[in-house]
Amino acid sequence: MNLTLKIWRQSGPDDKGGIHTYQVSGISQDMSFLEMLDVLNEQLNEKGEEPVAFDSDCREGICGMCSLMINGEAHGPEVTTTCQLHMRSFNDGDTITIEPWRAEPFPVIKDLVVDRSAFDRIIQSGGFVSANTGSAPEANSVPAPRDKAMRAFNVATCIGCGACVAACPNGSASLFVGAKITHLGELPQGQPERWTRVVDMVGQHDHEGFGGCTNIGECAAACPKEIPLDVISQLNKDLRTALANGH
Amino acid sequence: MAGSTLHDGLTPLNEPSVQKSDDAHGYYTLGENIVDPVAPTGPIADRWTTRKFENRLVNPANRRKLDVIIVGTGLAGGAAAATLGEAGYNVKSFCYQDSPRRAHSIAAQGGINAAKNYKEDGDSTFRLFYDTVKGGDYRSRESNVYRLAEVSANIIDQCVAQGVPFARDYGGLLDNRSFGGVQVSRTFYARGQTGQQLLIGAYQAMERQVAAGTVQSFTRHEMLELIVVDDGTGPRARGIIARDMVSGEIETHLADVVVLATGGYGNVFFLSTNAMGSNVTAAWRAHRKGAYMANPCYTQIHPTCIPVSGEHQSKLTLMSESLRNDGRIWVPKKKEDCDKDPRDIPEEDRDYYLERIYPSFGNLVPRDIASRQAKNMCDEGRGVGPMVGDFRRGVYLDFADAIKRLGKDAIEEKYDNLLDMYERITGENPYEVPMRIYPAVHYVMGGLWVDYHLQSNVPGLFVSGEANFSDHGANRLGASALMQGLADGYFVLPNTIREYLADGPFEKIDESHPAVVEAKQNVEDRVAKFLSINGTRSADSYHKELGNIMWEYCGMERTEEGLRKAIDLIRELKADFWSNLKVLGSADTLNQSLEKAGRVADFIELGELMCIDALNRRESCGGHFRGESQTEDGEALRHDDEFAYVAAWEWGGDSLEGGQPVLHKEDLIYTAIEMKQRSYK
Repeated sequence: MNLTLKIWRQSGPDDKGGIHTYQVSGISQDMSFLEMLDVLNEQLNEKGEEPVAFDSDCREGICGMCSLMINGEAHGPEVTTTCQLHMRSFNDGDTITIEPWRAEPFPVIKDLVVDRSAFDRIIQSGGFVSANTGSAPEANSVPAPRDKAMRAFNVATCIGCGACVAACPNGSASLFVGAKITHLGELPQGQPERWTRVVDMVGQHDHEGFGGCTNIGECAAACPKEIPLDVISQLNKDLRTALANGH
Repeated sequence: MAGSTLHDGLTPLNEPSVQKSDDAHGYYTLGENIVDPVAPTGPIADRWTTRKFENRLVNPANRRKLDVIIVGTGLAGGAAAATLGEAGYNVKSFCYQDSPRRAHSIAAQGGINAAKNYKEDGDSTFRLFYDTVKGGDYRSRESNVYRLAEVSANIIDQCVAQGVPFARDYGGLLDNRSFGGVQVSRTFYARGQTGQQLLIGAYQAMERQVAAGTVQSFTRHEMLELIVVDDGTGPRARGIIARDMVSGEIETHLADVVVLATGGYGNVFFLSTNAMGSNVTAAWRAHRKGAYMANPCYTQIHPTCIPVSGEHQSKLTLMSESLRNDGRIWVPKKKEDCDKDPRDIPEEDRDYYLERIYPSFGNLVPRDIASRQAKNMCDEGRGVGPMVGDFRRGVYLDFADAIKRLGKDAIEEKYDNLLDMYERITGENPYEVPMRIYPAVHYVMGGLWVDYHLQSNVPGLFVSGEANFSDHGANRLGASALMQGLADGYFVLPNTIREYLADGPFEKIDESHPAVVEAKQNVEDRVAKFLSINGTRSADSYHKELGNIMWEYCGMERTEEGLRKAIDLIRELKADFWSNLKVLGSADTLNQSLEKAGRVADFIELGELMCIDALNRRESCGGHFRGESQTEDGEALRHDDEFAYVAAWEWGGDSLEGGQPVLHKEDLIYTAIEMKQRSYK
């Protein structure tokens, strides 16, 4: 395959940045999208041009490090992470536009690399169960209903990549917060802190500059782990209950 | 365990080994034998309890005066940061990723072992201990392994309390499965994403401590040097030099103790199931500062990975070996069937070779056996899938029978995300066509040498998780990596590090201390060197070449001749690297080529040591298979009389300048388990 790549280049946080156009050839359908960028970078290195900076680590769709807007879609045309997107989803001769996540709370560090530490700070504000090491009771002493445990697991698969934010016209991280609220809220262990957790996490979310949810649903459509939109309903429900009870 | 006797741990059951062969003659210097200076004694079941009591306590008021650096935020590092933070120490945590939640523990799929015996199927601490020692082919320290088995049950309790959503049965209690070469169901799991869920538990516990102010988190930071200071009481690890990967600033971080939880070095093979960023640099820098590297040649090649599809490949993807519980592995009996649609090959023309060779364990034989047999089938010309190079590298893993027996829904519920992942990568639907698998480098049992307290031979330098060598011997059982990472992080390290810290705080030092200045200068010089060579080849191209050498000569089968050749090739590669490397960009911004150059430089040196270690060990054990040491029917043959020891290597200088590593042997003496030649037939 031969491709035209229009890639966002930005030398640092203060640089204005802009789109640069590159040609790559010899791309096979079995390559992942990031392997295609590896090929480009090897070519740039040979030509003496600085390679394009982009984030990736596990390259098996679980660490959440990769983060590209591909033709205007977070992680590109398939429901998966950028690292698990393969070139068989594109055609020979395509022009592909590649940009970083766009959201004020995710400032660009360089080229396609953004700073997502806001997510860590949201977790710090309450996305945990306070259980010091050594204090745990016997694991089977508190059964957890299977359907609730399954729902908890399904939403706990969030990889914190930020695609939901990048996809949202309002830059909201409600899907990310809702997933954590639902994960911990469905389990018996998460109950004692349930109401303070939702108030604190939403407060931190807003403080970081993420927008409110406007029920568009782009987040769930872009989520590589298919976190369902109803976690935002759960978030709102828990928040309402918490506030009504004076938390 | 039939036929074996329970021993109490009070009497040695074997003599120290005496090495007669000397294959690596000329490549190394023989140093003094070493012993674990804090090895516990007494009945095996009491050792850890006794030691926890003997180890001194640190007064809560003093803990906040003690600075602890932890490098790495996977299960071992994240759990240790959380626990030591909770205890009130002043923790600084470092990771190269943009968030601690991304460490590669996250990718572990299958599960975590724990001797809970919830199935009442005969499991116990002693059985988990026994299985782990046996699985490691009698090359691990039995005290360490017993402790691992002992704390395993606490791990599950802790994780459940954190809200880890393990699989549960209809009554709401925890479910288990049997996994990877054991005959009891002791593996706890969260579908195929157990590592992710455990890591998020540890990450959340750690972030809670960040909010509490006991842990400071430094993300996008890479450790490039260990600071060792002699304050008159001998050398001690007192900090690290790290590069802020965003600003490029070279920073000094000082502390009373340093913990490396930096994972394994499987990426020395270029293609592995490790993350792109996984590297040996932190461990290797410590090694060059005096820490011994133990059993570096012990590499685990995982049998169930997606085969290589072409030259461009950047990494290999593992499919959890839990798939072997229900999938059947086969190749065609006839070579001419290898390019046929597998669904058209009748039952009688299929060779379910693991079931044939190992009737009692079948598809559940340990990883090294499953891997080597897959290689043997492909070497015989009975591999399947596309030709890579001159032969097909793949065998079938078939779910057709399981789907018939259990129904598609049941298989979907158990393995859906794995089968989806397979389809995404290969473009083939595993519910219809048998999957193709091939072995890939997955885990390293070798690592920095540590004592029973997880302290290296450099005082004040502790090493936990995959980065140390201690628990898995020559081969690791499935679902035991997560167990070890969390055991070290939550329960072992916090109870041993206090014995060291009870002597602290240590003498105050600052950035003007000559040892600190020198360490920082070395890092700055090295960074400048990478940028100034200005040759023609990228770091990545060197990495690929190194990987090819390692896979070819230090992979699933190693021979004296091949290893000698590999050492020569690596030395040539090293000389070329330092004269012909090309790194663009500058040192004062995010520069991924520069990061890569530093990692590859260290991988090259490590690769050389791995080959020397493999050359010296003229026996086959666990993940290390020497062609010269096999039984008549091709099974691994150990030589306990010669090699029942830990090979702890001391840095002896750069080989291009005539340096040679120094070998220190630590004898393995068993008191609770008798060494036996492994048999899975």
